[in-house]
Amino acid sequence: MVSETTIQLEVFRYRPDNGGPTFQSYEVPYHDDWVVLDALNYVKNYIDGSLSFRWSCRMGVCGSCGMQVNGEPALTCAAFVRDHMPGPIRVEPLVNFPVERDLVVDINGFMEKLDHVKPYLVREDDDGDLSAEFMQTPTQLDRYKQFSMCINCMLCYAACPVIGRVDEFIGPAALALAQRYNLDSRDQGKQMRQDVIFQNEGIWECTFVGECSEVCPKHVDPAGAIQQAKLEGAFDYYKRLLTPWARRS
Amino acid sequence: MNEIRHDVLIIGAGGAGLRAAMAVVEANPELSIGLVSKVYPMRSHTVAAEGGMAAVIKDNDAREHHIYDTISGSDWLADQDAVEMFVDEAPRELIQLEHWGCPWSREDSGHVAVRPFGGMQIERTWYAADKTGFHVLHALFQTSLQFSQITRYDEFFATSLLTADGRCQGCVALELRTGELHVMRANAVIICTGGFGRIFPFTTNGSIKTGDGLALAYRAGVALKDMEFVQYHPTGLPGTGILITEASRGEGGILLNNEGRRYLQDYDLGEPLDVRDPRHPQNRAMELGPRDRLSQAFMHEQAAGRTFDGEYGDYVQLDVRHLGEERIDSRIPFVRELASNYAGIDPVVEPIPVRPVVHYTMGGIDTDVHGAATLPGLYAAGECACVSINGANRLGSNSLTELVVFGARAGRHAAAAVAGQQLSDGSEIDRQVAAERDRIAALRARPAGGERIAVIRDDLNTAMEAGAGIFRDEASLSACCATLRELEERVARTSLDDTSPVYNTELISALEIDGMVDISRALAHAALDRTESRGSHQRTDYAARDDANYLKHSMAYRTDGDPRIEYKDVVITRWPPADRVYGSSAGKNGK
Repeated sequence: MVSETTIQLEVFRYRPDNGGPTFQSYEVPYHDDWVVLDALNYVKNYIDGSLSFRWSCRMGVCGSCGMQVNGEPALTCAAFVRDHMPGPIRVEPLVNFPVERDLVVDINGFMEKLDHVKPYLVREDDDGDLSAEFMQTPTQLDRYKQFSMCINCMLCYAACPVIGRVDEFIGPAALALAQRYNLDSRDQGKQMRQDVIFQNEGIWECTFVGECSEVCPKHVDPAGAIQQAKLEGAFDYYKRLLTPWARRS
Repeated sequence: MNEIRHDVLIIGAGGAGLRAAMAVVEANPELSIGLVSKVYPMRSHTVAAEGGMAAVIKDNDAREHHIYDTISGSDWLADQDAVEMFVDEAPRELIQLEHWGCPWSREDSGHVAVRPFGGMQIERTWYAADKTGFHVLHALFQTSLQFSQITRYDEFFATSLLTADGRCQGCVALELRTGELHVMRANAVIICTGGFGRIFPFTTNGSIKTGDGLALAYRAGVALKDMEFVQYHPTGLPGTGILITEASRGEGGILLNNEGRRYLQDYDLGEPLDVRDPRHPQNRAMELGPRDRLSQAFMHEQAAGRTFDGEYGDYVQLDVRHLGEERIDSRIPFVRELASNYAGIDPVVEPIPVRPVVHYTMGGIDTDVHGAATLPGLYAAGECACVSINGANRLGSNSLTELVVFGARAGRHAAAAVAGQQLSDGSEIDRQVAAERDRIAALRARPAGGERIAVIRDDLNTAMEAGAGIFRDEASLSACCATLRELEERVARTSLDDTSPVYNTELISALEIDGMVDISRALAHAALDRTESRGSHQRTDYAARDDANYLKHSMAYRTDGDPRIEYKDVVITRWPPADRVYGSSAGKNGK
């Protein structure tokens, strides 16, 4: 019988009700086309059902399965085991987030940050008339399209050097989302969003090193969005702050 | 035990659930809404829909065309009153999504663009490149954030419905983060939990699509309708089952067998035009035929030895090379990304290997056109529901539209229905809550060393594919029913490795598999009893459609033994049953 090739996973384990974190090793079969998520599912299905992690679509669009793979933030459904041969592969929860259990992190802080930037179209003239669409040319669409591709996987938060120091920093994905709506020709809420963004601690510490854009699996380029927002918004924001009489009511 | 109260409770926060929640706000801003989901809303499987969303918006199209395409696509099993309402309300709902920020692809004029899809006379599919579901879901979710009336319960798993005085009045839900059970009370409950493709081994569906909402309703005495109809999408990547969107064919992609032949011409789907012919692709013909017929054609090619032999089973080729890199990148960029990442194929230079894959479940919780189930206070919308507009085979790009049209309908109707309703107090609810607490405690307390959940799931998947796949017969279905009876017993013997209350995802899997086996039994029995072939339900022992006996919806009711199957007439308004004609012989409106 031919012996099966295997690879070793070293998986971060943590149960809040049962002592501190530890690493547990699992030996799983090696398949050329397996992603790290497949290996984790093998563990959960056939070796140890107590391993907890999030996943769903396994096609890189639901954004649930981000983890640290050998120290780098990655979507485990898109991280191939073959790229980490001969192993072992160390799998940990995303950094810069509190750990709930094993590979599951607390994302409620992130959800609040998304909410803060008012990520929806603001229209002063919306009278609820649904007889026709708002016009938007392909060129206008192209201005914000890239920033609308974020899947909220939070890899950029794990990669961000500022988040690590300034917890309240709204962070790359939420800022890119703010910019997505600011650049949308149908939107009229930019000023409101700028107020939120520039009052937030952290944005001035962002150094444009661009780790967030490097790690983004959807090429959203949050670093570019932040830079754009600063250039476009800062002057306007401070002008309004220093000349409150000029502020729109 | 904590008790949470809202006016309306929505279980499931994908496209249908979010739309329903906002419809309740629109109808009555005084109402409070609890939005319960086992995942964060943006993880819901709506996110994976690719190709687009149908609604009549262009001058060359008409409501009659969309209605006819939907009804003929359904093999006349759709209720025609429901289809008419659906088609009439679709444009307004899609414009609403546009006003909520959905980044639809556009024409140079600034109007939304449309593309052709399978089974359509006229191109009417709105799209946001090939990530339509992703953009629709995120637009709905982000828009919903501004409504303080909506309270989210993210990562709460609903385990059972609560009923009192003959009405549905809430549910029990398990909070993943703490392991706590919550009693959630409301005068209306809308189930929007999606389909159940995960009962099959090879599916485009994400892991969360386990049919939980169907099991909730089924166990509360509501019928599951038309469960035997399962849509195989003709173009999934072998191995992973990742979907390659029909938009790739709408843009002009072709299907080839191992002789390089566009084999669909041999299956009564019309004559192929050269890919450089400006009339290619032709609507309602060849590669733009309906999904059921294309998947069945693959099976015949496979039997004839004209498919390619691959590591993950036989396949055919989807060739989009002639579209060129620029068009591929602008119209179907996700296809290129997925094929490159998961099949190691660049579609610009190589054909994509594809095979039929379980994609969509037409059957679901029996509802009327308002989304109301027979149990007062209970509603359902989206893939978990069966109104039915999809009948025996759903028309491509109708499912996203169904989410918003019927999500909104259910929300509006529920908002009106809760006015003046009072929650019942007392022992009836308390007794159900206590029983549910005991059921889950017993599950967690089962002795170690029992059946593994994953093994039961594997066996369920194998049984469904072998017994109730694209082609079925009495022997295969009878065997499937018998295996499912055994699986039901084995499910009761599963045990958990995980003893933690916190994020016990294994406990969730145990609850899911319990429901999956239950609803699979409804499917297998409905398929066994339907001795005809219609749409996606193909019986090799009963090859013809039988309108005399089966122009009817199957209704599966749960019993202590096998499911009881009853039938309900299909609503026919203006389109009497006719032959489904595709290809060059297909005229407008079948005439």
